[in-house]
Amino acid sequence: MRTANRAAKLRLAVLLVLVAVLCIFCLAAPSLLPNDPSQAHLLAAKQPPSTRYPFGTDWLGRCVCSRVLAGASTSVFSALTIVGLTLAVGCAVGIVCGYFGGVVDTVLMRVVDIFLAFPGMVLALAVAGMLGPGLKNAVLALAATGWPQYARLTRSYVLSLRQENFIHAARLNGQSPASILFLHIFPNAVRPVLVTASLSIGGTILNLAGLSFLGLGALPPTAEWGSMLADGRGLMQQAPWLIFFPGAAIFLTSILFNLLGDSVRDVLDPLDSQRKQYK
Amino acid sequence: MNKPVLTVSHLSRTFLTGSRPVPAVCDVSLTVGSRESVGLVGESGCGKSTLARLITRLDSPDAGTVTLCGQDITRLSGASLRRAYRDIKMIFQEPRASFDPRLTLGTSIRVALHAAGFPRAKQTEETAHLLREVGLESSYADAQPGDVSGGECQRAAIARAVATRPRLLVCDEATSALDVSVQAQIMELLRTLGQTHGMSFLFISHDLALVSSFCTRLYVMRGGKIVEHGATGHVIRAPRNPYTRELISSVLPVC
Repeated sequence: MRTANRAAKLRLAVLLVLVAVLCIFCLAAPSLLPNDPSQAHLLAAKQPPSTRYPFGTDWLGRCVCSRVLAGASTSVFSALTIVGLTLAVGCAVGIVCGYFGGVVDTVLMRVVDIFLAFPGMVLALAVAGMLGPGLKNAVLALAATGWPQYARLTRSYVLSLRQENFIHAARLNGQSPASILFLHIFPNAVRPVLVTASLSIGGTILNLAGLSFLGLGALPPTAEWGSMLADGRGLMQQAPWLIFFPGAAIFLTSILFNLLGDSVRDVLDPLDSQRKQYK
Repeated sequence: MNKPVLTVSHLSRTFLTGSRPVPAVCDVSLTVGSRESVGLVGESGCGKSTLARLITRLDSPDAGTVTLCGQDITRLSGASLRRAYRDIKMIFQEPRASFDPRLTLGTSIRVALHAAGFPRAKQTEETAHLLREVGLESSYADAQPGDVSGGECQRAAIARAVATRPRLLVCDEATSALDVSVQAQIMELLRTLGQTHGMSFLFISHDLALVSSFCTRLYVMRGGKIVEHGATGHVIRAPRNPYTRELISSVLPVC
């Protein structure tokens, strides 16, 4: 039990280091570029990977390697922003609904029901379509459609926590509602929600790439992995490196974040801590 | 009789399951005098725990009043209810579930002291003192609820409950989750604390033997109603209600 727990913690530490490396890499990417990502060289269009262009060039002769690197921070930090926003809004709404109940709960939960009635991506498409193309709007659209699931989840955790005896004991202590909320409810409810959030980072990167692929994300000439895939797919036969490298980048990043999510769950898992509690 | 610490009069609470109303507590009246230990016995599902939650205002009654130390707390809320809570505390059945799993036992006790307005500088010292008072070393302050045994955890819960020097301790099946030898130790601890601090007890249990050894008066509850009450010896020796008789005869004799 103890040793298994230590292995899970070690795995989480390794993955956190990898994610930190990825983030540092994204920040440092602009100074690592072999070429200017926006500079077109029509004479050098559609060249296969070489020492001059490690990942080849696209139909305008732009360096794919530079564009993948330049797009890293766009994709990764936008995904983190989306998850952060949905987590913050969803948690706040869920806690207010679960703890205070009443009319506020009923109204907010019906809004959540409406959001959850549509498939997430379709709704995000509609919102992004209304806001117009652009990376900031794509982030807003995904955040606006992502929070209801967190609100639902947090609310259900808060509702079950409210029935716990330690919350009753806290009330009998004479603790104020704010003290109960911030000392007992919030930290206990946020742990399982945090697990869900870390699991969804990978999916969010894919969703953002999806929106960009459909032309509702980053605008040219900004490099973004999803839009690079979209632009390159017409030339799949002649220049497969156009979709291979951005695709591999999306694949590796989302795998990394999914593994991180799994690992966070292993360490913070609410069921696991329950098992420990009743051992 | 001396001035009662707790007076419950005509308390009722009905739950709605589906569309069918289920009366859980029905016109219950009882009193607990100063420094008195009163028992409340009855089978599972008879409304004991609902009554405990009504008395501690964790739930609100449909009708009736709860008077604690001369103050009607039935309609209190907010800060005035929090003030009234200094005089009443509850001990729960499952000791580990009554502590926040994230916090150490010491932190939980300090939180209780802090909520009662205890000066911050003396909180750590007082926590150690309270733990010693319930027979735990002060090092237990750094333990998580999951790290200690059920009996030790219940001792810590008692330490937290007496932190505000309450007048009344409601024990809802407080020893039912513990094994028999630990049960006796906890009962002895409660008895000692009751004497030193002048506390009254409302001891809720299905265990008639345990309650009758601890309490001077007894209430017998069935189907949400009080069916019999009186001095413990009296109720045990000459039960008037058929249900009480049944309850007494179901206690296994120790030979």
